[in-house]
Amino acid sequence: MASITTPAAEAGIRLQGLVKSFRTAHGAVHAVRGVDIAIAPGETVALLGPNGAGKSTTIDMLLGLARPDAGTVSLFGGTPEEAIAAGRIGAMLQTGALLRHLTVRELVAMMASLYPRPLDVDEVLDLTGLESTARQRTEKLSGGQSQRVRFAVALVSNPDLLVLDEPTVAMDVEGRHAFWATMREFASRGKTIVFATHYLEEADDFADRAVLMARGRIVADGPPTEIKARVGSRTIRATLPHADVEALQKLPGVAGAERRGASITLRCTDSDVAIRALLVGHPATSDIEISGAALEEAFLQLTGDVEDDTDTETEAAA
Amino acid sequence: MTALDYTRFETVRAFRNKRFFLFSLVFPLVLYFVIAGPNQGESNLQGTGLSAPVYFMVSMASFGTMTAMLGTGARIASERAAGWNRQLRISPLSATAYLRAKVVIAYTMALLSLGTLYLAGALLGVRLPAGQWIAMTMLILVGLIPFAALGVLLGHLLTTETIGPAIGGGTSLLALLSGTWFPLGQSGFVHDVAQGLPSYWLVQANRVALGGHAWSLAGWLVVAFWSVVLTAAAARAFRRDTGRA
Repeated sequence: MASITTPAAEAGIRLQGLVKSFRTAHGAVHAVRGVDIAIAPGETVALLGPNGAGKSTTIDMLLGLARPDAGTVSLFGGTPEEAIAAGRIGAMLQTGALLRHLTVRELVAMMASLYPRPLDVDEVLDLTGLESTARQRTEKLSGGQSQRVRFAVALVSNPDLLVLDEPTVAMDVEGRHAFWATMREFASRGKTIVFATHYLEEADDFADRAVLMARGRIVADGPPTEIKARVGSRTIRATLPHADVEALQKLPGVAGAERRGASITLRCTDSDVAIRALLVGHPATSDIEISGAALEEAFLQLTGDVEDDTDTETEAAA
Repeated sequence: MTALDYTRFETVRAFRNKRFFLFSLVFPLVLYFVIAGPNQGESNLQGTGLSAPVYFMVSMASFGTMTAMLGTGARIASERAAGWNRQLRISPLSATAYLRAKVVIAYTMALLSLGTLYLAGALLGVRLPAGQWIAMTMLILVGLIPFAALGVLLGHLLTTETIGPAIGGGTSLLALLSGTWFPLGQSGFVHDVAQGLPSYWLVQANRVALGGHAWSLAGWLVVAFWSVVLTAAAARAFRRDTGRA
């Protein structure tokens, strides 16, 4: 049988000119201010950004849960509603709680029954590390366990597009590790994955591509390594009186430097190299602290070119 | 097939909710024995022409089934509170199948409540021809249509905190105005108001036991009116709440 590839089968995900505002007591909040993303089938894309960047709103529009004020969403050549009706979309949403009065296994089986090509329920429980909690009631689970159940629900639907909104938030280190291992296996089946995260490391370890959002706009879109080089993967904080910011910026492994009084902050592409250079070149450095990338700050720096219009502004007459 | 599985799991969930058993099964049952028990020998309760066991069997059933139907609201409200309605909306489960499941469960619960009270009635000596049992059941099932819609409506308008008092207070008030606790007078203001309520006609299903037509034309019109109005309101609330076209 000849394989026929229709344009619809080739089409992936296309978000065009998405805009969304919400009315609040303080005026209109412009959550998303013009987002364009095209994702090919089989791609794994991280939506990176600090809180309030518009990631969740973008995901809601992608899934058809929110209607854009302007712009269009196309999933596999159709509308979100069509893709959902065909059972091609699975998602792990940021929700408050699980459905009560069911066991873990019953809840996963119930959701599996709604999809045309579900995975085997027991296999999914096994994959998500829930085999020992399968018979427990959903209302008796810990935060991390609930998050695993949500993951199992998304996975069991066996979708072509899997959307994950900050999937590892409540997970412990072990849980995160197992989670990404399972995702990697799922991605290898040619599935398209879009996930929102705060963690640059997750984007770097797992995504083919990172889309960086800030204040409702895309500020960078490319391989995670590129983003990482711009943002820096780790931050060195230290005390260094009379520091020369320009000299610090030129240190190997340093992407950017900042000074506030006697304290300095270095965003590093390679913190190992940077710390050695710092200690050799500036022996007066003390109170050294190395931490994972402080994305919020780094994002704000990266997005300094976006005009500083506050997130809440009253609606101007058009 | 998929919608059937969904209904099955939803039914399991509903049955595990202890509140349901308390308010739509145990509560009316206990009240029935407390009120009708001592008056078991009363063959013409306050001029209704009905024995006390028959009258209260149907009036308590109206209370239990009404509560069972409005339980839909509590289930929808808790689903919304958990954000699970969003998870369902990105599944292939259609809005129609979702609402159908909710209504099927409500009716299952209502039938259970009704069956329990019929058994209790039989224990207190209620004997009716098979045709009358069936006619009575049919009228009650029809009379519950407005409450099926009201359950969906409340579930989309209220929160988990407010829906309990709303259902409890609402059913108690409706029961009071509809002759559930004692037969209403045949005239007067309360009687006039009651005739416009769908719950009044639920209780009036007991007149099947008198032979002839239990509901007047006015009864059918009132039930039809509330069915249409509340279904439209429920559909509107559902659409607005879920942002569905």
